Amino acid sequence: MSKFRDALLAGEFVITGEVAPPLGTDLAGLKRSVEILGPHCHALNITDNQGATLHLSSLAASRVVLDMGVEPIFQQTCRDRNRLALQSDLLAAWTLGLRNVLVVTGDDPRAGDHPQAKGVFDLDSTQLMSIVRGMNAGHDMMGRELSGATDLYIGGAMFPEAEPWDIQLTRALRKAEAGAEFFQTQAVFDIDKLARATEEMHAAGAKVIAGILLLKGPRVIDFINNKLAGLMVPAHIERRIKDAADPAAEAIKLAREQVAACREVCDGVHIMPLGLDSAVPHILGVDA
Amino acid sequence: MIITRPREWSRIMANLDELGAKRVFIMGCGQCATVADTGGEKEILQAKAKLEQEGREVTGWAVGEVACHLGGTKLEARKHHGDLAAADAVLVLTCGAGVQTVADSTDKPVFPGLESVFLGNVIRHGVFEERCQMCGDCVLDATAGICPVTTCPKGLLNGPCGGMWNGKCEVLTDRDCTHVRIQRRLTEQGRNVLAVLPPKDFAKKLKPGSVNLRQDKKRAAAAVRSDDAASTGGGAGE
Repeated sequence: MSKFRDALLAGEFVITGEVAPPLGTDLAGLKRSVEILGPHCHALNITDNQGATLHLSSLAASRVVLDMGVEPIFQQTCRDRNRLALQSDLLAAWTLGLRNVLVVTGDDPRAGDHPQAKGVFDLDSTQLMSIVRGMNAGHDMMGRELSGATDLYIGGAMFPEAEPWDIQLTRALRKAEAGAEFFQTQAVFDIDKLARATEEMHAAGAKVIAGILLLKGPRVIDFINNKLAGLMVPAHIERRIKDAADPAAEAIKLAREQVAACREVCDGVHIMPLGLDSAVPHILGVDA
Repeated sequence: MIITRPREWSRIMANLDELGAKRVFIMGCGQCATVADTGGEKEILQAKAKLEQEGREVTGWAVGEVACHLGGTKLEARKHHGDLAAADAVLVLTCGAGVQTVADSTDKPVFPGLESVFLGNVIRHGVFEERCQMCGDCVLDATAGICPVTTCPKGLLNGPCGGMWNGKCEVLTDRDCTHVRIQRRLTEQGRNVLAVLPPKDFAKKLKPGSVNLRQDKKRAAAAVRSDDAASTGGGAGE
């Protein structure tokens, strides 16, 4: 069963992290990240061709992580597979021992390393969530009975700081209605907005895990503000990191403050260390 | 209307070279391709000049009324029979439907001179936008008259996706997000914004599309006749 779900439902403040499968078959890098992050996390998200760039499948990499004794959150985007393949992979995920799934739309192929690819988007994330819920209840999306159901813990993405907020909120509420039981957010910089989002999601019966992104240097901030869809680093935070004598150290300090603030507001944090995996214990406040 | 764009000239020349075509007949279209400034008289004369610059002979040219109309295009081909017979190949400045109609109207090898890009709304002269993909399963009733299948780059029925920022689209960043526009208009009209659209029925998109009104009418008439026969038969039994 999902220990991650059990922890969230028990009211524990959960920690999740994220590892990217390799572009290739060498699992050494993936395993190194899991060894560093795993001991501090309730579960690790395993990305699915993130940024529309080619990687080993989340399904295979999730199993690798599970075999290392760490609970994975299998990510599934709607970009690369039609409804048959998505359902088939969900059944596969369950049989491989995966218990959590994060359902997202997926970046457009034009943003990735195969810009000529056809974006499938046969389903959107809201529709797919309700299909997973159906599979948990023992039937496929056509209503046919499954010989052996799934019991996947269904998650979605939400964006507490993206405007307009009323549109974001509507979107998240629809996802909760469709079956999302937990949300992992885009990186948060504004605790008040996170609190507002959490209140709404709790009312809808869903848990909120706040994204903490380690802004390890000016280049990362510029990339987010100029290239990354759906996220902006506020000016005061940009200045704080860029003006610091040691931007990486300042970013780690900021992330540690953010995690501490999140403990008062939401149900957990999702750490995105951007390679500075070794800083994670300090960010979480669990170092000696 | 069908929006077309000029095809890369090097591809057209490669087609003609592969065939060793020295003499070319050019066909255009008096409808969409004329309005799109891609396959009317003016563009045909430009193509003719370019071909002649490349040392090809243009045996003749024609702009039919509607290139995708089989009867009309066959008639046009008959009118230009001599010029067509003298050509090694036909260059067609129409949409792909027109190209195929021309190919069915002559024995000569036929090459596309344009790329067909979308079914376009004419916003004003020379400005075309795609608003409908002819999916056969219209959702405009639920989306306040704004098509997400077409105008959301990902074609999501329920959105916005995570890339929306300040109401703008992730992919086409200078455009308003379709899903924000839909929800704004639904709200203005006092309609439900929380409804989730179910997965699309792609079986409704006929591929290849085919409608035969004559056959439909015959079937309907035959059904009426058999109903009549059945009711008459019943009456006789009483």
